[in-house]
Amino acid sequence: MRKTISYAKWGYIFLIPFVVIYTIFALIPLLETFGFSFLDYTVSQGAVSSIRGGGGDTIVNNGFCGLSNYIKVMKSDGIFNISFRSTVVLWLVGFIPQIVVSLLLASWFTDIRLKLKAQGFFKTVMYMPNVIMASALSVLFFSLFTKSGAIDDLLGGPDLLKNEWGARGVVGFINFLMWYGNTTILLMAAMMGIDTSLYEAAQIDGANPSQVFWQITMPLIKPILAYVLVTSMIGGLQMYDVPYLIGGTQGNPNGVLKTLVSQIQLGKNSSVGAVSALSIIVFIVSAILGFITLKIMDDQSIKTRYGKKKKK
Amino acid sequence: MARIEGIAGENEDQMKLKIRQGIAYVVLVILMFVSLLPFYLLLINATRGKVQPGIKFIPESLFFKNIGKIFSEDYRANYGNFLKSFCNSIFVSAVSTVLCVYFSALTAYAIHVYDFRLKKSVHTFILLVMMVPTQASAIGLYRMLVSMNLTNSFIPLTIPAIAAPATYFFMIQYMASALPLEIVEAARMDGCGEYKTFNIIVLPILKPALAVQAIFVFVSNWNNLFLPQMLLDDANKKTIPVVLQLIKANIDSNPMTADAGLMNMFMVLAILPVVVIYLLLSKNIVGGVSLGAVKG
Repeated sequence: MRKTISYAKWGYIFLIPFVVIYTIFALIPLLETFGFSFLDYTVSQGAVSSIRGGGGDTIVNNGFCGLSNYIKVMKSDGIFNISFRSTVVLWLVGFIPQIVVSLLLASWFTDIRLKLKAQGFFKTVMYMPNVIMASALSVLFFSLFTKSGAIDDLLGGPDLLKNEWGARGVVGFINFLMWYGNTTILLMAAMMGIDTSLYEAAQIDGANPSQVFWQITMPLIKPILAYVLVTSMIGGLQMYDVPYLIGGTQGNPNGVLKTLVSQIQLGKNSSVGAVSALSIIVFIVSAILGFITLKIMDDQSIKTRYGKKKKK
Repeated sequence: MARIEGIAGENEDQMKLKIRQGIAYVVLVILMFVSLLPFYLLLINATRGKVQPGIKFIPESLFFKNIGKIFSEDYRANYGNFLKSFCNSIFVSAVSTVLCVYFSALTAYAIHVYDFRLKKSVHTFILLVMMVPTQASAIGLYRMLVSMNLTNSFIPLTIPAIAAPATYFFMIQYMASALPLEIVEAARMDGCGEYKTFNIIVLPILKPALAVQAIFVFVSNWNNLFLPQMLLDDANKKTIPVVLQLIKANIDSNPMTADAGLMNMFMVLAILPVVVIYLLLSKNIVGGVSLGAVKG
């Protein structure tokens, strides 16, 4: 068994590509972002290039400025504060219907008495919006809901995208459409793991479907519900394509569609220091959420056995 | 089981069940229409003219005219060569996919097969960073690439795919169930080198996992807007989502010149590859969704 030891170096060798590339393209940029967040660092667009960096830019770096970037973005009218609120609202508008519909569908699909037919077909149809380019879906909805677009015409021209809650509703609906199939499939996987004898026992005891759902299904799928919730939050933090293509750079109307990530895109060539501070806060929040996800997965003993030293 | 109950009770039960079934099917059919309608409207709108008032369910005759517009001089002047953008997207997505699945499998193989001191720490580290969004470090990456003059390059859009924690996680889970260490040991007995064992013996065993991940990685790269939009401003380097974003931005700034027919045709072409992939492989895709997650 001493032979095993001599193979150890291959483990390190095969890890080299991952470690090198991760360091260059993720770790170093993250550390740089962290560094920028303490600098009074701005870029002014030069006359030469109007869209992005290059020859005409002037970089103004006044050096270390302590926590002032963080204080600036966290103020009540700071970019983090405002866009964090917008992002959370947009996420909720999509997530609430999504989880309700997905729970309902998953419990129907897995109901041993309902025996729904054509499940594969329905699942295929419901998952489809998830693989389609979010940008295309958003531009399509934009053209349907914009002034004198199809839906706008149909409703008699309320111009929903100019209304704060109308615009939020459209973004939420697109997010719902993209993710309800995915959530349904995840919840189904969890529900199918439940021991059917529990359902049979409940049936004998005369429990009605809603009792079965609340007393048996819900408690037993709690871990995956938590997983869906937390991963959806992480996804929500990264929301960009949909609100950006509906509301443009300024997240119209009134900036309610301006998300955290769109601030990063917006500030990449101007307020680098402030946007870096915002990035670091996003990093911390998602790291906490990621840690919770990991804990949930750990409880489900999904983290596999690689965590422990394996005996051969 | 329900033998104890009377006939009447059973009939009533049957009735209730039928009603519940009915409701379920109605809701499912409604959701089916809601999910498919956008794509149908997109297709119809791609056959319509510049201005598209109201909703239409029957195609008009301008399908080929709109395709022609995408390859016109006018389009090229505004948004660059369509075929070029399309090929850029194909190139970026394909290269990322190959790099991502191959190296994620290799990384997972290193942790799965070998025993070494940092094994546990590396595995835990990768799982920890799995949930960290790339956008959090994007500003640092962007300024770094600007200073290296690498913004209009495909390197930052493809090479980072080598280090993909989520794909790694999927691969290592798959290996735990499908790759017994005895196979590796048998290969060693036969004098097969370690790297060769991975390429010739292990990769074919992993084929189902590689295929599922390849689909997901390709699709997500094809649809990716954030990083390409941040980096690419050379018209010859733009990918499809970046051009779509430009078309939309043009409408915002100048609604008078908007051409809805052209825009919808562009979107039809933009989603076409993924729709084709999905129709061919939907079984694998839908089946792969729950594999990377928690088991209930």
